[in-house]
Amino acid sequence: MPSTKELENIASQVRRDIVRMVHAVQSGHPGGSLGCADYFTALYFQIMNHKPAQFTQDAKNEDVFILSNGHISPVFYSVLARSGYFPVNELATFRKLNSRLQGHPATHEGLPGIRIASGSLGQGLSVACGIGLAKKLENDASFVYVNTGDGELQEGQNWEAIMFASHRKLNNLIVTVDYNKQQIDGNIEEIMGFYDLKAKFEAFGWSVYEMDGNNMQDILDTNAKVKANISDKPNVIIMKTEMGAGVDFMMGSHEWHGIAPNDEQLARALNQLPETLGDY
Amino acid sequence: MHQIEILGNNDTRSGFGAGLLEAGKADNRVVALCADLTGSLKMDAFKKEFPERFFQMGIAEANMIGVAAGLATAGKIPFTGTFANFSTGRVYDQIRQSVAYSDKNVKICASHAGVTLGEDGATHQILEDIGMMRMLPGMVVINPCDFNQTKAATIAIAKYHGPCYLRFGRPKVPIFTSPDQVFEIGKAVTIFEGTDVSIFCTGHLVWKSIQAAQALAEKGISAEVINIHTIKPLDNEAVVASVLKTGCAVSAEEHMYNGGLGDSVAQLLGRNMPRPIEFVGVNDSFGESGTPDQLMSKYGLDVMDVVAAAERAIKRK
Repeated sequence: MPSTKELENIASQVRRDIVRMVHAVQSGHPGGSLGCADYFTALYFQIMNHKPAQFTQDAKNEDVFILSNGHISPVFYSVLARSGYFPVNELATFRKLNSRLQGHPATHEGLPGIRIASGSLGQGLSVACGIGLAKKLENDASFVYVNTGDGELQEGQNWEAIMFASHRKLNNLIVTVDYNKQQIDGNIEEIMGFYDLKAKFEAFGWSVYEMDGNNMQDILDTNAKVKANISDKPNVIIMKTEMGAGVDFMMGSHEWHGIAPNDEQLARALNQLPETLGDY
Repeated sequence: MHQIEILGNNDTRSGFGAGLLEAGKADNRVVALCADLTGSLKMDAFKKEFPERFFQMGIAEANMIGVAAGLATAGKIPFTGTFANFSTGRVYDQIRQSVAYSDKNVKICASHAGVTLGEDGATHQILEDIGMMRMLPGMVVINPCDFNQTKAATIAIAKYHGPCYLRFGRPKVPIFTSPDQVFEIGKAVTIFEGTDVSIFCTGHLVWKSIQAAQALAEKGISAEVINIHTIKPLDNEAVVASVLKTGCAVSAEEHMYNGGLGDSVAQLLGRNMPRPIEFVGVNDSFGESGTPDQLMSKYGLDVMDVVAAAERAIKRK
């Protein structure tokens, strides 16, 4: 099992992958991807019990991760490749014609590691509920992880799923809300406040945790805490992140939600991110 | 020659309920989800027999489709049940992304389709659903004609791997297909052979078309009646072979002209062998409140409408 320091090193490489992928095709979503790089690294390299080399759709007796906010596909593709689902070199095909790495994740081209298409927001939590329900039916004790955006929770379907998960006591769900407080048009509170997520989830009957999603030790500690306190409620972690985390000029603004760095910006970004596993 | 035995009278949704129970007995991967319409969808028997495999979803159809996609991902065979309007239009994007594009083995089962829903009016009478579902790549679209065929279709889609849309209705209608039929997805069923006009019909319009063929026979017109229970994939061979023989076509369905069976048949004929075609369906209009019979008559979906369409098609040859 990798140490906290080793996980941080992997996350640095994941960040390099993200900015290089987005730069190469001059499109994609670097901001949210960078913000989630630490948590996704922790999930795929330590937290989840999964089998990258023997990928199956049905994931029996295996933990599952569902990405609901599909636009942060760069970070998803990077951790999938780096943890062994498909060749790392394939990251170079991101968003290109005839690629398995579609702009938003899809099962359609058969990319290992993807179990559902996402991109049109607000659907992943429902899908995760279905997988969690099936695991309950089969007495499969593994977990279903889901990541959603905070702005994404404006989609009403999420709240149908949040009610359902609680009603069915789907305590095998561990949801993270990427709480970076930014969405395309600006600050989340200005666009659709009031945003007391903790109170909302508690009112819907969930166990609520908070963590710093850009602090590897806090990520590991919080996940251990969730596992140690499983009740009959579904679990949500409000994960505070910085959009663009790791690249100074991308941080703290929604401006980098969906635009790519130019050559000079790429060089500046890569200077801040040590190459730890080797670029693809 | 144009005689057909009526075996009983029942609603097609009860055929779905009976088929779902059979499918559930045959395969324990079959699970059912319903959005607060268990009685209307006739899913009670499944719920009673397999309580642990029945999921009450509440009035939350978008979540129902997503949960079904998740259950299918994990290897289950989920059947979702609600009215046709809430099964399609309300959740089109969920079906598009989480089911069709993601190639999930979900069976979307839709009752109360079309104007025969009756008094509830146009908010509930969807006439666009076949079109929406037909447009989705990989989606199988089935609209059976009576209790027995709906039951057989339900059993058949449980054995087929892939997303399916199964459409049925509310009113009691004559049962005239065999209780022992083997339902072949994508295989048209010829009810009457004829030489003057091909009537391609689906759902409740199959019985109307049978009666129309009988009326046409009295006028000396020989109509071929073909039950297109599977609108997608269309049985191209059967359609082409029939029209090669008769030289003209009529489509008949409880749906808009746009997007329906008629569109499919016209497209096929246009590409391969253009021939006159007339449409029995709803022409770019919403429905309204009324009894099913009144509405079928007002919206041009009755026996005499099929007869008139056949005569027009023949004249254009």
